[in-house]
Amino acid sequence: MKIAIASGKGGTGKTTLSVNLASFLAEQQEVVLVDLDVEEPNSGLFIHADLIHEEDTFKMVPDWKEDHCTFCGECQKVCNFHAVIQLGEMIMVFPELCHACYACSELCPTDALPMIPKKMGKLKHLKNNRLHFIESRLDIGEEQAVPLIKKTQKYISEQLNGSFIEIYDSPPGTSCPVIEATKDADYVILVTEPTPFGLHDLKLAAETMKELKKSVGVVINRDGIGNDDVFQYCENEQIPVLGKIPNDRRIAEIYSQGKLIYKEVPEFRLALEKITAHITTLCEQQNHS
Amino acid sequence: MKEIVIISGKGGTGKTSLTAAFAYLGGKDVIVADCDVDAADMHLLLQPDFADSDDFYSGEMAVIDQLECTQCGKCADVCRFDAIPIIEGNYIVDPLNCEGCGYCARVCPSDAISNVDLNVGKWYVSDIKTGSIMVHAKLGIGADNSGKLVAKVKMKAKEIATEKHKELVIVDGSPGIGCPVVSSLSGASFVVLVTEPSVSGLHDLKRVYQLVNKFNIKAGCIINKSDINTEISIQIEDFLQKEEIIHLTNLPYNENFTKSMTLGQTIMEYPDHHLKDLITKSWNTILQHIN
Amino acid sequence: MKIAFTTKGTTWDAEMDPRFGRAVYFLIYDNDKDELSHYDNSDASNDAHGAGPKTSQKLFELHPDVLITGNGPGGNAAAVLEKTGIKIYVGAGNMTAKEAFEAYKNNRLKAI
Repeated sequence: MKIAIASGKGGTGKTTLSVNLASFLAEQQEVVLVDLDVEEPNSGLFIHADLIHEEDTFKMVPDWKEDHCTFCGECQKVCNFHAVIQLGEMIMVFPELCHACYACSELCPTDALPMIPKKMGKLKHLKNNRLHFIESRLDIGEEQAVPLIKKTQKYISEQLNGSFIEIYDSPPGTSCPVIEATKDADYVILVTEPTPFGLHDLKLAAETMKELKKSVGVVINRDGIGNDDVFQYCENEQIPVLGKIPNDRRIAEIYSQGKLIYKEVPEFRLALEKITAHITTLCEQQNHS
Repeated sequence: MKEIVIISGKGGTGKTSLTAAFAYLGGKDVIVADCDVDAADMHLLLQPDFADSDDFYSGEMAVIDQLECTQCGKCADVCRFDAIPIIEGNYIVDPLNCEGCGYCARVCPSDAISNVDLNVGKWYVSDIKTGSIMVHAKLGIGADNSGKLVAKVKMKAKEIATEKHKELVIVDGSPGIGCPVVSSLSGASFVVLVTEPSVSGLHDLKRVYQLVNKFNIKAGCIINKSDINTEISIQIEDFLQKEEIIHLTNLPYNENFTKSMTLGQTIMEYPDHHLKDLITKSWNTILQHIN
Repeated sequence: MKIAFTTKGTTWDAEMDPRFGRAVYFLIYDNDKDELSHYDNSDASNDAHGAGPKTSQKLFELHPDVLITGNGPGGNAAAVLEKTGIKIYVGAGNMTAKEAFEAYKNNRLKAI
């Protein structure tokens, strides 16, 4: 069972829900929490676990062999991303702009640009009792999240038994990284606030998930502020509201300290129980089908 | 002409609410550019009329002319993104997977493949309730913000400012630390960093400041919700002092931001004199530094 | 000696473009011949990403000794320019090309 936790914009409580839900579920069963917000992975700030595996992740980029080069300029011409630049008798490669399409490498008449692996980030696997935590972090300056998200998902499918519940803390927005992070999910939980900003961003996220043909549920964060428009929208679109997290200054304070919230705020635990009940039903349905 | 850019690194710090407040304070004299196109929310506070709009193109995608295609399969062989599947006997480009590298077009022996500009959304020029003009954009599903889109929105805002003899453009900058933020910062006269005292807030502030520093731009910082965690708030203040970033103000945790947003108002239109006072003072400090 | 300015126009009175990668023009002044020419870089605004390295490559082909600009090139552009040996001066973003040249002659711009 793969559950992606997503939102139309950052700062709605996606990470808060992911880490608390995963930790809560892990009190009873084996859970894998994956931080796929690889540009700004913050889940790890809330998880205290032992490192059991760590690896660098790589992408393929061209590497200039000066002695093979005839300075014909073909590589610079064929690169649509300006990742290969010719300066007189020198070729410069910008790995963070490279999409690894291999055009420069394979179209070079003298094989002067073989593809080699280049580090783009780091994957960490931590474990605390029944909770597995996988974090991938893109190196500063690297701009393409999608290849690292793919690598992370491959690691999980190879290394961890598929019968665990997997919770994916997805990147915010509606762009390619979000689509990559959610496209294999069995269920998507969208986190939002009952405010005009929250509604606007929820609509964008819900439309994206509709396009991907995902079944979705909504968790309302900071319930009690704003107005009823988000609830109205969910009702009209027939999207179930799985749980409500109350608007409570204590939650913001506990979050700021990097602590788990459900252990200190009973209302939060109650919301998690409701969400868990929904997930359990989904798991049962999945097992039957 | 001066350009003030507001960025935050992390989402949910109140960046857009503060940008809208500054836009309100600047009134007729300030042209507004919303470059946070992944989560373009400022229109909810400034009520633009979406009067003028145009399609926006960024990046490219391959298209195969089926009449010219000889089904040799070379394109699918070289594609590293599995973007050219065979559907009912024809090679068809999958738009979600195509990265627009153009390799397939270069190897096609019958010149059946061309690269077309990708329509990623729309951009708008609107009259807003401050009596001024805002340039903003809306992306389609699966479309990425890009340096190009940000540059376009900012350029349009500056063109309008020149035309209307306005001296100031304020920009709601893009999140993260990638190409769109680089483009947001490029050409800025002053950067306002909005942060909050949480472990992730401080972490992201440091990351994004590395970029600001590279561009030699004067920066100021607003610590929002500063009373949520006084310990981290002090750590942020130490960081500001060390990096010679102007500490503009501390704002308390205050639900009036949300209340005013629910009414479709900027915080400057809401009866909270304390908040209004702090924000007005920050704005005046910013103006002093750019003039 | 040749000096390149990032500008929005093609004359001495043109406003400086504070950006490097997506600068609209390079105004080139050849000090020895007292000649002013320009290069149209508006193409760069069509690039989704990587405008910095591409513009740096174009500038290299113009062979200036000095570049005068506003904020200064970002990371990728700076890496290319470093290899070209072109001297870079920043802080001229709010001037005209003429004012920027005067400021350069009077050592009022910051070298990076």
